[in-house]
Amino acid sequence: MTVLSLVIFLPLAAALGLLAFPRLRDRTVIWAWIGACVADLALVVGMWLGYDGAGGGVGYEANLRWIPSVRAGYHIGVDGLSLPLIAMTAVLFLACAVFSLRQARRVRAFAVLFLFLQTVCLGLFAALDLLLFFVFFDLSIVGMYFVIAGWGHGDNVRSALKFFLYTFLGALVLLLGFIGLYLGADPHTFDMTELTRTPPLAGSPGPAALVLLAVGIGLAIKTPTVPVHTWLPPAHTDAPAAGSAILAGVMLKMGTYGFVRIAMPMLPDAWRRYAWAAIVVGVVSVLYGALVALAQDNLKRLIAYTSVNHMGYVVLAVGAAGLAAGDMDARRLATTGAVTQMVSHGLITGALFLLSGVLYDRGHSYEMGRYGGIARGAPLFAALTAVAAFASLGLPGLSGFIAEFQIFTGSIGSGTGAAAAGAALAILGIIITAALFLRVLHRTLLGPPGSRTAQVTDIHRSELAAIAPLLALSLIIGIAPRFLLDVIEPASAAVVSLVAR
Amino acid sequence: MMNENPADLLPELCVLAAAVIGLLTGLFLPRTRQWIVMAICAAGLVAGIGAAAVAADRPETMTFEAFALDPITHVTRIAVFGTTLLVLALAVGILRAHPRETEFYVLVLLAALGTVALAAAADLLVLVAAYLLASIPGYALAGFGKDAAGVEAALKYYLMGALLGIVMLTGVTLLYGLGRGTSYETLREGLVGAPAGAAAVGVVALLAGLTFKTGAVPGHFWVPDVTEGALSVVAALVTTVPKIGAFAAMYRIAAEMIPRGSVNWPLLIAVIAAATMTLGNLAAFAQDNVRRLLAYSTISQAGYLLVPISVAGRSDLAESALLFYVAAYALTNLGAFAVVVAVGRDQLADYAGLIRRSPLLAISLVICLFGLVGTPPTAVFVGKLLMFGAALDGRYTWLAVVAAVNSVASVFYYLRWILPMFGPDTAAAVAPARAAGMIAVGTAVATLVLGIGSGVVLTT
Repeated sequence: MTVLSLVIFLPLAAALGLLAFPRLRDRTVIWAWIGACVADLALVVGMWLGYDGAGGGVGYEANLRWIPSVRAGYHIGVDGLSLPLIAMTAVLFLACAVFSLRQARRVRAFAVLFLFLQTVCLGLFAALDLLLFFVFFDLSIVGMYFVIAGWGHGDNVRSALKFFLYTFLGALVLLLGFIGLYLGADPHTFDMTELTRTPPLAGSPGPAALVLLAVGIGLAIKTPTVPVHTWLPPAHTDAPAAGSAILAGVMLKMGTYGFVRIAMPMLPDAWRRYAWAAIVVGVVSVLYGALVALAQDNLKRLIAYTSVNHMGYVVLAVGAAGLAAGDMDARRLATTGAVTQMVSHGLITGALFLLSGVLYDRGHSYEMGRYGGIARGAPLFAALTAVAAFASLGLPGLSGFIAEFQIFTGSIGSGTGAAAAGAALAILGIIITAALFLRVLHRTLLGPPGSRTAQVTDIHRSELAAIAPLLALSLIIGIAPRFLLDVIEPASAAVVSLVAR
Repeated sequence: MMNENPADLLPELCVLAAAVIGLLTGLFLPRTRQWIVMAICAAGLVAGIGAAAVAADRPETMTFEAFALDPITHVTRIAVFGTTLLVLALAVGILRAHPRETEFYVLVLLAALGTVALAAAADLLVLVAAYLLASIPGYALAGFGKDAAGVEAALKYYLMGALLGIVMLTGVTLLYGLGRGTSYETLREGLVGAPAGAAAVGVVALLAGLTFKTGAVPGHFWVPDVTEGALSVVAALVTTVPKIGAFAAMYRIAAEMIPRGSVNWPLLIAVIAAATMTLGNLAAFAQDNVRRLLAYSTISQAGYLLVPISVAGRSDLAESALLFYVAAYALTNLGAFAVVVAVGRDQLADYAGLIRRSPLLAISLVICLFGLVGTPPTAVFVGKLLMFGAALDGRYTWLAVVAAVNSVASVFYYLRWILPMFGPDTAAAVAPARAAGMIAVGTAVATLVLGIGSGVVLTT
C-alpha cells in the first residue's frame, strides 16, 4: 500500500466512516469531512515534497494484478502531469468542504458524495491503466449526477439527466477507443506505460485514426469543446455551488488530461496527422465560448461559457504541440502551458463558482440585472470577485497569465503557419474575455443598486476561508511559478518527445 | 473410447436427488413444516455447486457422447445452481405454509436441471429434451399463483414455448437429414457439403427455440407478460436462470456445430442482437410498472449477450465475455428482483422516497440498476467490457457502436426508477420484507465483489 493509494482511498474510507455512524450531528459530519480533506491534502503536499521531478519519471508507483486475463491492473503513479492536478484536486475539494459549513440540506449524504468524488477524481489522475482510468471516469459521472439532481436548483433534474446521458455517451465512446488501443497493442494490454512505450497501431494509419477519433470524441465531450459542450451550461447553472466548482475545476480536466496522457503519447502518428483538427476545435471553442459568455445575463452560465473558452486554450496548445514541423522548445512550452492552464483554471473557476454560490445564497438569483453596487454593502465579496475575474481574464501576476502566455508563445513560436494563425485568432478570445469580465464587475459590483442588492450581505468567515486560499494560490503561481513549472516541464518535454517519435 | 461414467454427472445427480427426495418428503410433511423440503433442495444445490467446482479442475471431456464437460458447462452449473439457490431463498418468505410449497421448490430445481443440460448438450436430441425439461416446470411456475394474471402469463408462456419448440424440432429434423447425425461433431462435418439454403433454414428454426429461452427477438413476447403476471419470485427465476443455459447452448452451437462459412451465422446473430437490444430499450422507456421495466431491460440485456455469440470462434474474448457477462447479469438481475420482492410494490411511484424508508434497499437497487447499465466497478461492467472487446476484435465495430448507444439510452429508464427514490416520500409505505431485503443487499454487494475480483474469476 503506497502513500498514493492512501491519498486516493482516504476520502472513500472517510465516507464509509460517515455512513457507519448515522447518529453524528450535521456539524460534526462537516468537520469530519474537512478533517479528511486536510489530511489528504497534507499527504499530497508530502508527496510533492518527496517527488523528484527532475527526471520526469513516475513516482509512488504501485502495480497490482486486477484482471490478468485482459492484462489490466491496478497501476497507479504520479508524474509531472498528474501531480499538479492531484494537488489542485485536493485543494479544491478542501475548499468545497469548508464552503459547505453553511450547507443545511442533507449534509451527511452531501459529504459522502463529495468524499466519494474526491477518491474518484484523485484516482483518475493517478491511474496508469486505461481500464482503471475508465472506471474512475465513469464513476465521476454517476457521483456528479447525484450532486446535481439532489442538491441543485431550478430545472436540476433535467439538467442532471442531460449531463448524465451526454457524458455517459462520451464515456462509452472513449471505452470503445480504449478497447481499440488494447486490441491494437501487441501483446494486448491496458497498461498505459506499456502502451506509451510501444504505441499500438503504429503501422496501420486507418485504424489508428478511428481509435483517435473515438478517444478524441470521448475526451472532447468531457472537456467540453464546441460543438459537444451543450450539456455544460445547464449542468452548471442548476448545480449547487460546490458541485459546479468541482465539475468545472476538476472534472473538466479529466478530458484535457486524457489528451496529454493518452491520446498524444499513445497515438503519436495519428496525433501529428490530425493536430490541425485539435487546433481548429480549440480556436473555435475559445472564440465561441467567449462570445456566448459575453451575451449572458445569468452569471453562472457566463462562468460556464468562460470554461469552454479556457479549455479551448488547452486544446489549442495540445494541438500545436502535435505539429511535427514545429520547433521542439516551443512545443514543450505549449504543453507546459496547457498543464499550467488546467491547474490555474481549476483554482480560478472554483473560486468564481463558489463566489456565485455566495451571491445565490443571498439573493436567490444569478441574473446580473438584479444586482448592482454590491461593492458598497459587501466590500470583501467585491474584492474577491474582482481578483477572481482579473485572474480569469489573464492579468499578469496571476496564474492565468502564466498559463496563457506559455500557450500563446508556444503556439506562435512553433513556427508553423497554422498554429500561429490559430493563436492569433485565439488572442481575440482574451480581449473578449476581458470585456465580459469587466462588464460583470460593472453590472454587479458597481453602478446603481438592483432589486436584490439589499439582500447581499458580505462574505462569511467560512466562505472567506474557502475562497481566499484558492485566489492566494493563483497569485503565488502568478508571481513565483517556478515550483510548479519545475514539476511540469520535464513531463511535458517527455510528452512532446513521445509525440515526435 | 466411449466415456460413460455417471460420476461425471454428479452435480446434476445431486440436484436431481434433492428434487426427488424433496418431493417424496413433502408428501408426508404437514403444511407448516414444508420448509424442510426447501432445506433439502438447498442442500442439493449446494452439493451440486461443490461437485461442479471440483469437476471444474478436471480436463475437458465428453460423457455419454452427448454431454460436454468443459468450461462452458462448469460455469453454467455454478451460475445456475447459485442463482437458483438465491431464488429459493427469495421464495421462502413468500411461500411459507403455502399449500403447494413443496411443488414450487421441486419445480424450480427441475427447471435448473434442464437449464444446465441445455448448456452442456452436445447433441441436438439432448438439447431438445433439455429444452422441454427447462420449459415445462416454468409454465407451471408462471401460473403458480392461480390468479387471472398468472394464468394469462402461463398460457402465453406455454403457447409461445410450444410453438417455438415445435419450430425448433423441425429444425433439428432438417439438420439431422442434412448432416446425417444429431451430435454437434457429426453435424459440423456433415453440414459442410449440405445445400446452403436448407442448412440455413434448419439453423434458423433451431434458433427459434433458443430465442424463446433467452428472451431475444423474436421469441421475446412472453417476457413482459410473464414478468408482470407471475409471482415476483417466479419472474425473477424465468428472466434469469433459463437464460444462462440458453446462451451457453447458443454459444456451443456457434462454436462447435456450425461449420465455418456454410451459414452466415455471425451476421444472423448480430442482426438479432441489434434488434433485441434496441427493441428492449425502446419498449422500456415508457413503462411505469417496475416489473415490466425489468422485463424489457432483460430483453435488452439479451441483446448484449448475443454479441459474443455472434463473434464466437473469431475472437479469443468471446467465450469469457459470454460466460462472465451471463453470470454477472443473472446475479445483478436477481438483485433488482429481490428489491422488488422486498418492497412488494410494482409501480414506479411506490418507490418514491425509498431511501428514507429503507436506505439499504434503495442503495442496493441503485447498485444493481447501475450495474445493469454497466457502470464500473460492478460485475456487469467487466462483462460489458469483454463484450465490447469481443465485438471489436471480431470486426463487428458497428455492433459495438449500436450496443454503446443502447447502453446510453438504457440509462434513461433506469434513472426514471432511481431518481424518485431520493425524492420526497409520497408512497403508501409497506414494511419491506426482511429476508428478501437481506438477499438484495447481499446480492448487490456480491455484484461489486465479483466486479472488483473479476480477475480471480476470469483466470480460473
